[in-house]
Amino acid sequence: MNFTRREALIIGAGAVTAAALPMQAFAAAIDDAIAAFTGGAETTDSGITLTAPEIAENGNTVPISVSAPGAESITILASGNPTPNVLTFTFGPLAGSQEASSRIRLAGTQDVIAIAKMKDGTFAMTSSAVKVTIGGCGG
Amino acid sequence: MKISNLHRLVQMAATASVAMGLAVSAHAQEEPKLIINGEQEMITHAIPPAYIDGLSESISGWVFRTKETQALELDDFDNPGMIFVDQAQELWDKEMGPENKSCASCHGDVSSMKGVRTVMPKFNEKAGELWTLEDYINDSLTTHMGMEPWGYTSTEMTAMAALIGNQSRGMPMNVAIDGPAAPYWAKGKEMYYTRTGVLELSCASCHEDNYGNYIRADHLSQGQINGMPSYRMKNAKLNGIHARFKGCVKDTKAETYKPGGPEFHALELYVASRGNGLSVESPSVRN
Amino acid sequence: MAKGVKPRVKVPKKATAGEVITIKTLISHKMESGQRKDKDGNIIPRSIINTFTCDFNGQNVISVELHGAVSTNPYFQFEAKVPESGEFVFTWLDDDGSTYTDKKSITVA
Ligand code: HEC
Ligand code: HEC
Repeated sequence: MNFTRREALIIGAGAVTAAALPMQAFAAAIDDAIAAFTGGAETTDSGITLTAPEIAENGNTVPISVSAPGAESITILASGNPTPNVLTFTFGPLAGSQEASSRIRLAGTQDVIAIAKMKDGTFAMTSSAVKVTIGGCGG
Repeated sequence: MKISNLHRLVQMAATASVAMGLAVSAHAQEEPKLIINGEQEMITHAIPPAYIDGLSESISGWVFRTKETQALELDDFDNPGMIFVDQAQELWDKEMGPENKSCASCHGDVSSMKGVRTVMPKFNEKAGELWTLEDYINDSLTTHMGMEPWGYTSTEMTAMAALIGNQSRGMPMNVAIDGPAAPYWAKGKEMYYTRTGVLELSCASCHEDNYGNYIRADHLSQGQINGMPSYRMKNAKLNGIHARFKGCVKDTKAETYKPGGPEFHALELYVASRGNGLSVESPSVRN
Repeated sequence: MAKGVKPRVKVPKKATAGEVITIKTLISHKMESGQRKDKDGNIIPRSIINTFTCDFNGQNVISVELHGAVSTNPYFQFEAKVPESGEFVFTWLDDDGSTYTDKKSITVA
């Protein structure tokens, strides 16, 4: 490490700015979005897997994939985005599995939520915390 | 100037490494391999030329990205930069300008450009100047096609640079720094080590002394250009070499140079030479 | 019709009857979320791909409802069951009313 004392201070100053999001502001919106998909029904937490990066180097392109064997449809919600709805996959008769991937935008560090509507009418929900760095330094 | 001011200016933080449990040195981890489309292996680590004194190993910027970002470059379908390469292929075949010529009219299939990217920038005897790939493209447009030049960092230009670069993918970078190129290289080297801006940082402060460390939650690479142009998730488009330099100079809060200008020409040659031996990855994917 | 929109799909050319194959799709599109502002502070109107569907010989494989938080150049990967030889039809619907389609044949040996 060859940083000068001053640089070391700058670097050591430490800023995890992304953590300080106005989460409460979006809490109501996410509850509404969940209720809109489940119709207020209870959800279980088994039978659905959401894969998302622990750390996303940029919130513009966050790869996610979701799997819920036996699901009719799966919705993805971003709890910390101004509008929580991201996308909904609906599987047809020729779907090879109830599994799909996409790339999504996250406005900051937050929980990504996936809810599956099963063929028997029940719902399964899971979530995954994604830390979005303010990266992309260097212009 | 108070620390808090400096802090606000760049918001650099090494905290990421600790806070996110990522305090593993790049060397301790098993190095992933960059194999594109499951068949073409890129050279991501190379022994730098003897004239590069500051690096014991040249490492592609790909190595420093998270596995999710890395994955985007592993397959041409997943690499969003390839959209622009496809667009440039259409442009390559399109008849344009007063003489109704396409690039293909003279150069045939774009595969004829294989190897071209590995030696750019190079000294052009006719012009008596150091020319980048972009300069060669503009020269063909103006002297061979009777057209106006493209903007140095325009969408068409960067896409065409990616298409031409793509023909050399996998080949090692191999720029010449001797003969008439020597003064450019010397100027570029001086720029690389000169501390500038409010923050008094040089390229070397970040990309030589601190690669592998975190800055503002960003994993610092060596700032190599073998992958250029690169698709950046940040702006969802292809970014050329000088556009990237411009951003990095701005980050030191210094007056930046003009893309296509003489300073960045010299700097490009020097930075390219630091990566001689690394594979051309055009178009790479970065954050 | 939005500028520079171009669909790309990746489907194997051959399969065995009943095989499950992986499909990747990508369409070049800005996906203007409707939440960004221009230089003068005016909201840039939303202009996104709002629906994507994949059908095989008239039967649905998957359909997707998209919102503004899907990344630029929407990308999907999913699996399809291939009962017989035939044609996949991919359709993207744009907010501006345009429809983009792509087709890919597959042979069941
Ligand atoms: C009328 C013929 C003609 C057309 C059309 C043309 N070029 Fe060229 N190009 C040349 C010639 C001749 C050279 C060799 C350098 C020189 O003498 O100018 C060249 C050199 C180049 C080089 C440098 C190659 C090297 O090995 O250093 C690149 C890159 C290039 N052209 C790109 C393009 C692109 C991109 C287009 C289309 C936009 C294009 N050219 C259209 C004639 C043409
Ligand atoms: C304040 C620290 C800092 C300084 C000074 C700096 N950069 Fe960077 N640079 C970064 C960061 C952060 C990135 C993005 C992460 C990475 O690839 O290192 C980056 C990325 C790059 C990249 C892209 C690398 C790739 O793999 O695509 C290049 C090229 C680059 N810098 C060149 C330079 C040059 C040339 C200079 C001097 C003019 C410079 N940088 C000065 C921080 C810096």
